[in-house]
Amino acid sequence: MSTWDWQVFCKDTIDGEIVSRCFGGAGDVTYLDWLFSAWGWTLSVSLLALIVALVFGSLMGILRTTPNRGLVLAGNAWTELFRNIPLLVQIFLWYHVVPALIPPLRGVPSFLLVVLGLGLFTSARISEQVKAGIQSLPRGQRMAGLAMGFTLPQTYRHVLLPMAFRIVIPPLTSEAMNIVKNSSVAFAVSISELTLFALQAQEETARGIEIYLSVTGLYFITAFALNRAFHFIEARVRVPGMIGGGH
Amino acid sequence: MKPIAVLQGLTFAASLLAALPALSQDGGTLKKIKDGGSATMGVRESSGGLSFTVGDGKFAGFHVELCQRALADVQKQLGLAKLDIKYQPVTSQNRIPLVQNGTVDIECGSTTNNAARQKDVAFAVTTYVEEVRIAVKANSGIGSIAQLNGKNVATTTGTTSVQHLRKHERATGMDFKEVFGKDHADSFLLLESGRAEAFVMDGQILAGNIAKAKNPADFKIVGEVLSVEPIAIMIRKDDPAFKKTVDDSLKALMASGEMAKIYDKWFMQPIPPANTRIGLPASEATRAAWANPNDKPMEDYAKK
Repeated sequence: MSTWDWQVFCKDTIDGEIVSRCFGGAGDVTYLDWLFSAWGWTLSVSLLALIVALVFGSLMGILRTTPNRGLVLAGNAWTELFRNIPLLVQIFLWYHVVPALIPPLRGVPSFLLVVLGLGLFTSARISEQVKAGIQSLPRGQRMAGLAMGFTLPQTYRHVLLPMAFRIVIPPLTSEAMNIVKNSSVAFAVSISELTLFALQAQEETARGIEIYLSVTGLYFITAFALNRAFHFIEARVRVPGMIGGGH
Repeated sequence: MKPIAVLQGLTFAASLLAALPALSQDGGTLKKIKDGGSATMGVRESSGGLSFTVGDGKFAGFHVELCQRALADVQKQLGLAKLDIKYQPVTSQNRIPLVQNGTVDIECGSTTNNAARQKDVAFAVTTYVEEVRIAVKANSGIGSIAQLNGKNVATTTGTTSVQHLRKHERATGMDFKEVFGKDHADSFLLLESGRAEAFVMDGQILAGNIAKAKNPADFKIVGEVLSVEPIAIMIRKDDPAFKKTVDDSLKALMASGEMAKIYDKWFMQPIPPANTRIGLPASEATRAAWANPNDKPMEDYAKK
């Protein structure tokens, strides 16, 4: 416990021998190789789930602010459904229950199921934020758009959404960072991402502290990089004089 | 999350804090037990017939009973009128630190005695030898590991079985599609639901899961033994007096044949909480360990 042993990452995952350049090759895999591949899975799951979440979340958020009661109801139902079931339960439903009810889904790789599960769970949260963004605008804006002769979709596209999305960039940043952290549930359905790597590698090497520290570092780097990326976008699209854009 | 997991996390956090002043082990475990009039036994929530909870904060199993008997001998040796045994649930991740820092005096779960762990802790004589086996559906026609080439093979994250599979792949050039369950029940569900054709795990865990299945006759354990691991009771390192007391107690059970009777009670007879039978007779290797008590690590078993 008392001494560090960072050499553990240079070990081959099969015979435990230390490989001289720390990266294996020709069929040899070191724990460092595995760590990077696990990071790749975490990034893939998170980024694809983020896309799913943004698409469905925005759509549902918009529906919930339309004048049509049916659409509002659909958007609300979607949001409450995915928001009120714990994430891990949703992942298990997608993995074990849904394929049992709909046999063709059995062939779908668990990677896509987890992207969908994580994406839809987060879409409920994004829908709430997009709705709040749109509702934070003065009602006169929507009326003005319609009075100008825009159709409802045009009013959304040219008047409401450009401002609403700028307003909700900060909470969306948090959601993007949350997706990275929540992607750790993917280990439960056999995606070989960082958490699965940590659980398995610490058992095999008995160097839990080093393994968990490096995995923690990679989660932090990933979430922080997303934070900076969103910050950059926020600064680039800022409109002086607009809500949240004046300073 | 199961509430029990949360509770376990809390007790773990609390025990870490509580353990800080107890770190000094100058007089060894025997003195600590004598002074406090109590011993803390590390137990598992769910380690097959070796160590498991029967609910309500009570624990039972083959290793739990062996530890209770060893502690009874400790009590006799120390001349204590009363010895209070506390039960502390542990996990694969925290069991070694908890033994090292003094929270747990004797760990009675399913810990493999290997060379890496012997640097941190000590083990009593081996009381159970685990064999890694393959469980399949009875009607699958699979009879050996060679038939699993290109098939989905389930195993549990955070176990040594994952490594055995990988080694076997390398050695034979076979290709398994590994599917990882997050715990044994989950891995068994993968086999049951057809997501995996086989479940590779410690024999007694496979037998236990099959015993609990809706229809145990649908599954069977087949094929060659993939790995042999000595499982032993874990104690603190560099405490020869305590190790001798525990070892002597276990060796006496082995010599008198009592060990086999206790094994039979937990692995062949119906056990709580559901009164199911695991039905796993003691293996050759386990009997050999009882005949010649030793604390050799796993690496010595692989050599022969």
